[in-house]
Amino acid sequence: MKTNGNGSPWLISCFILVIFLGGWQLLTLRSSFDAKGKTDEQLQMMEFNGDIVRSGEGGYAWNPEKMKGVPGPLAVVEKARTELSEAFVIKGTNDHGIAYLVLYTVTRFAAGFLAASIVAILFGILLGLNRVLFRAVNPFIQILKPISPLAWMPLLLYTVKDPKWTAILVVFMAAVWPTLATTAFGVSSLKKEYLHVAAILQLSWFKRLYRVILPGAAPTIVNGLRIAFGSALVAVVPAEMLLGELGVGYLSWIEWNNLDIAGVIFAILVVGVVGVILDSGFNKLAGLVTYQE
Amino acid sequence: MSFLVVDHVSKFFPGHAGGEDVCIFKDVTLKVDKGEFVTVIGHSGCGKSTLLNIIAGLETLSEGGVILNGREVSGPGLDRMVVFQNFALMPWMTVFENIALAVRSAYPDWEHEQVVAHVHKYIALVGLKGAEDKRPIALSGGMKQRVGLARAFSIEPKVLLLDEPFAQIDALTRGVIQEELVQMWNTTRNTVFMVTHDVDEAILLSDRIMLMTNGPSSRIAEIVDVTIPRPRSRDSVIEHPHYYKIRNHVIHFLVRHASHGVAGGEGVQGESSESVPLVVRF
Repeated sequence: MKTNGNGSPWLISCFILVIFLGGWQLLTLRSSFDAKGKTDEQLQMMEFNGDIVRSGEGGYAWNPEKMKGVPGPLAVVEKARTELSEAFVIKGTNDHGIAYLVLYTVTRFAAGFLAASIVAILFGILLGLNRVLFRAVNPFIQILKPISPLAWMPLLLYTVKDPKWTAILVVFMAAVWPTLATTAFGVSSLKKEYLHVAAILQLSWFKRLYRVILPGAAPTIVNGLRIAFGSALVAVVPAEMLLGELGVGYLSWIEWNNLDIAGVIFAILVVGVVGVILDSGFNKLAGLVTYQE
Repeated sequence: MSFLVVDHVSKFFPGHAGGEDVCIFKDVTLKVDKGEFVTVIGHSGCGKSTLLNIIAGLETLSEGGVILNGREVSGPGLDRMVVFQNFALMPWMTVFENIALAVRSAYPDWEHEQVVAHVHKYIALVGLKGAEDKRPIALSGGMKQRVGLARAFSIEPKVLLLDEPFAQIDALTRGVIQEELVQMWNTTRNTVFMVTHDVDEAILLSDRIMLMTNGPSSRIAEIVDVTIPRPRSRDSVIEHPHYYKIRNHVIHFLVRHASHGVAGGEGVQGESSESVPLVVRF
């Protein structure tokens, strides 16, 4: 390597991964049970508690059913294998396969995010075009914007009386403010010349909106959507946990209730993967509507 | 009656913090005949672009009126197309779409093929064949303004308003496009109202040059007849004996007004009386 910047980032990524997994495995390794220095009474007590089991030759070994500490990567891989092999199986009301859980979360997220985006873009355009209205409404936006979407949850739950819709509304509340604020900003800072051209060409109100204002403000609107997207993604997981709505966020809570830490780690990884999938889809969409000046 | 009349137009901007209104220009009267090319020249801030925007209907006037073809103008319209200093092309549209947007608006009942043919005709006229599907980002400043000109000419407006159209284009390209504009104008003979601070450009293109004093309260002090026969080209124009006379006269006027700074044209010796501009003819 002569200069920085040579070398394969993939190799480095793999290296980091190997170091991480190796370290994880080493730190979570447990030496085999050693009965030395323990009285029979103590051993009986441990057996009684289920910490150890009798092995074949009259010795003792750790009880494999009773995990202690953080599970190693192999345990998580094993858990992931079983979960993925049952991805499409519904075992009970609270035990749906991982594929269903991902689907529930993505649908919930999409519904809340889309509704918020449409509402925010429409109102944002309205505010962006009318300076007086913008200044009149802005204080309210400033107060409502920093409120955590989860803070709304009890009120929403009380009002709509349905956890399904509450979860979607929490995502909505998380996504609506950033888009609203940036859309209003994008429209109001649209170059005056574009509107002048539209005025001279006597474009109708509708044509002005979808040929000039929307595409002109699109890069700014997309930036707002990106912020809203991240904030909604962060909100969907705790919303599911608190409301007990089936989804990848709730999965992690179920596994915690089951005291299955490998399952919790698996659920965390699934949340990450779902985020990456949604994010790449969003970037594809964003690429379609932005332009360079 | 002249084709385009700017009749005793004044423009005031509200003063800061409740102070007195600031007068940009006062009692500007000018008459442009059909097919005439008229240029207003003056220092930055004298209100010449504001005047152009008022004729375009993009800005309101405080006093007076603008009459086009016997009817008073209010608000912007397709009969007065502007070529903007910073091109004002929609960056999300291709060259073709930018012009087609204008053509479709001007001729709403045309068939699709008719629109396409018309757009291609004007793209060819400004020499941009092959660039139809490019976006403005991929074009040089000169090419962008060619699109701006094609868009303006394509809707065949009654008056073409050029707002310092070549100010943002490099000097070499500027000359080439100016000459292209001369040729386009020779074939279409549009009525043109241009605003510029480039003296050579004004002489090459105009029939008459109006000289504006510095603001505030600026006014049109002199009207210079460009007595150089058409067709003109950049070479032939500078050969003409009147060229340097006109040029020197205009530059003297501008220098005189620059040295007087904000004080404006009032009291400058050898000037015409208050509102009637002095007509200068060589």
